[in-house]
Amino acid sequence: MSATRSPRRYGRLLFAALPIGWVTVLLLLPYLFLFAHSFFRLVDGQLTHQLTLENYGRLFGTALYPNTILFSAGIAARVTLASLCLAYPLAYLLAFKVRRHKNLLYMAVIIPLWVSYLVRAYAWKIILGQEGVLNGFLMSVGIIREPLAVLLYSKWAVMLALVHIYTPFTLMPIYAVLEAIPPALKEASTDLYASRWQTFRHVVLPLSLPGVVAGCTFAFVLSMGDFIAPILLGGNDSALMVSNLVVSLFGVAFNWPLGAAVSVVMLTMTVTLLTMARKLEDRWGGGPAGRRLDAPTTGGMGRGALHA
Amino acid sequence: MTALPLVESKGRRRAAPTDLWSHALWLTGTGVFAFIYLPLLVVILYAFHDANIVAWPFHPFTLRWFGTLVHDRGMVDAAGASLKLALLATGLALAVGVPGAFVLDRFEFPGKAAFERLVLLPLILPGVITGVALLTFFSFVGLSLSSGFPLVPGWPVVLGHGAALTSVVVTQVYARLRRFDRVLEEASLDLYASAWQTFWYVTLPVIRPAVLGSALLVFTLSLDEIAVTFFLVGRQNTIPLQIWGLLRRGITPEVNAAATVVFAVSVVVIVIWARLLREDR
Repeated sequence: MSATRSPRRYGRLLFAALPIGWVTVLLLLPYLFLFAHSFFRLVDGQLTHQLTLENYGRLFGTALYPNTILFSAGIAARVTLASLCLAYPLAYLLAFKVRRHKNLLYMAVIIPLWVSYLVRAYAWKIILGQEGVLNGFLMSVGIIREPLAVLLYSKWAVMLALVHIYTPFTLMPIYAVLEAIPPALKEASTDLYASRWQTFRHVVLPLSLPGVVAGCTFAFVLSMGDFIAPILLGGNDSALMVSNLVVSLFGVAFNWPLGAAVSVVMLTMTVTLLTMARKLEDRWGGGPAGRRLDAPTTGGMGRGALHA
Repeated sequence: MTALPLVESKGRRRAAPTDLWSHALWLTGTGVFAFIYLPLLVVILYAFHDANIVAWPFHPFTLRWFGTLVHDRGMVDAAGASLKLALLATGLALAVGVPGAFVLDRFEFPGKAAFERLVLLPLILPGVITGVALLTFFSFVGLSLSSGFPLVPGWPVVLGHGAALTSVVVTQVYARLRRFDRVLEEASLDLYASAWQTFWYVTLPVIRPAVLGSALLVFTLSLDEIAVTFFLVGRQNTIPLQIWGLLRRGITPEVNAAATVVFAVSVVVIVIWARLLREDR
């Protein structure tokens, strides 16, 4: 028996070593390298391995960086709120009211999640432009005489596109928790003479909070880190979000250490937010024991959902 | 809101909601649905736009932009690179992700929680961060962005996609493994099947839909990935980057035609994925 067991043990070790090694080399090390780079010093445009805190000094000492981070967070907060307001009613409708073709409709809502993110941002460019579809339509029905120039290249355009992109993202976890609510609970509430509002307020809403937290976390983190919508749709006041800073520091300015420092700040904010979200979900969702990896939590990310 | 309902039969309660709130809910839901789809329909419609710039009004209908697309050398090369990249990334993600799911399901080791979070991190982190992290890493180890070209679109971008998308395979397969009753495996082993036979005839058939489904997801996601690709791409652009380049030069319906093709491919793959998922239930 033991003779067969020991090669099996080696086999098991080898089997486990592959994914663990892969994750260590291609995820852990890169994130650590990014962290390390944020402490490197740039001398005459050359990257050196001298350690310094200069990059963080410059990051927090130059108005541009903190302002852009705050601006991005502000955009992301409004996008999150709007996405939630749009996603919740639709999720509710799909979970409780729609009877025929329910799965098909749900698929239809989340298909855009996997379909070209770039195209979804670009769509708003042809809708909101000076000669765009919206202006043309409004003029042809006589609501406006001159095309509105204010639609495109503004922070409203950026936010609109981001809401459009992240509403299905927000919907997915909310729908999953609503779906999981046993109908008997709602019936019990109604049988106990609760009004529909009371049933919603005291039964459905509390049970759906973990999904709301997960959905909002996705929407906030991903819209804050977006870099396509600001370039395509942003105006003078809004073409620059925090990811655009990273892109230009790495790609144009070749100031990798400063770019790394900005990334580390973003990373820290994201991880803090995720940790807080997990805590909230644990408190409201019955603790880690109730959590499954495919459950709609920030830990599990829903069914393999992904930012585009 | 409404008056307390008397105890009603279930049938009547179902027939009842023709009131204001239900109407409002249906209206909102339909509106949100339209908000999600109308912009995409506009993009697709303008792929058949018979004019040189994308502008109001719409001139129906032409297929010439698809012809332009097929004869656009840059776009065709990009399509080839994207396909190669997506296939390689899918292969890598499967090769690592499936064992990764088993490791999460069946192994205990120090740092397992960290391993789990790390695998999932690229899913929730803005792609830009993962992109620059991999860029600093590859530049430090001295792997050139064009290495492996033209055999592959560049090893860094292939490895980058593989690393970022492994998480998709891990989540899907792990979720399936958790629902799997391991008594079946024990039964197989008790009946003198080898570990391999047990895996092949008992475990694999159970996780197959999850494995195939996640492969399809990884494939479409890789096809559309832009943030990580942006930093790691070598000499050869991928489709999203090529479209991005077109966008910056001024908008012709060729962009819409390209977008429509990408859209169609993604929808087909996702529908197959949904089918697999349904069979699995």
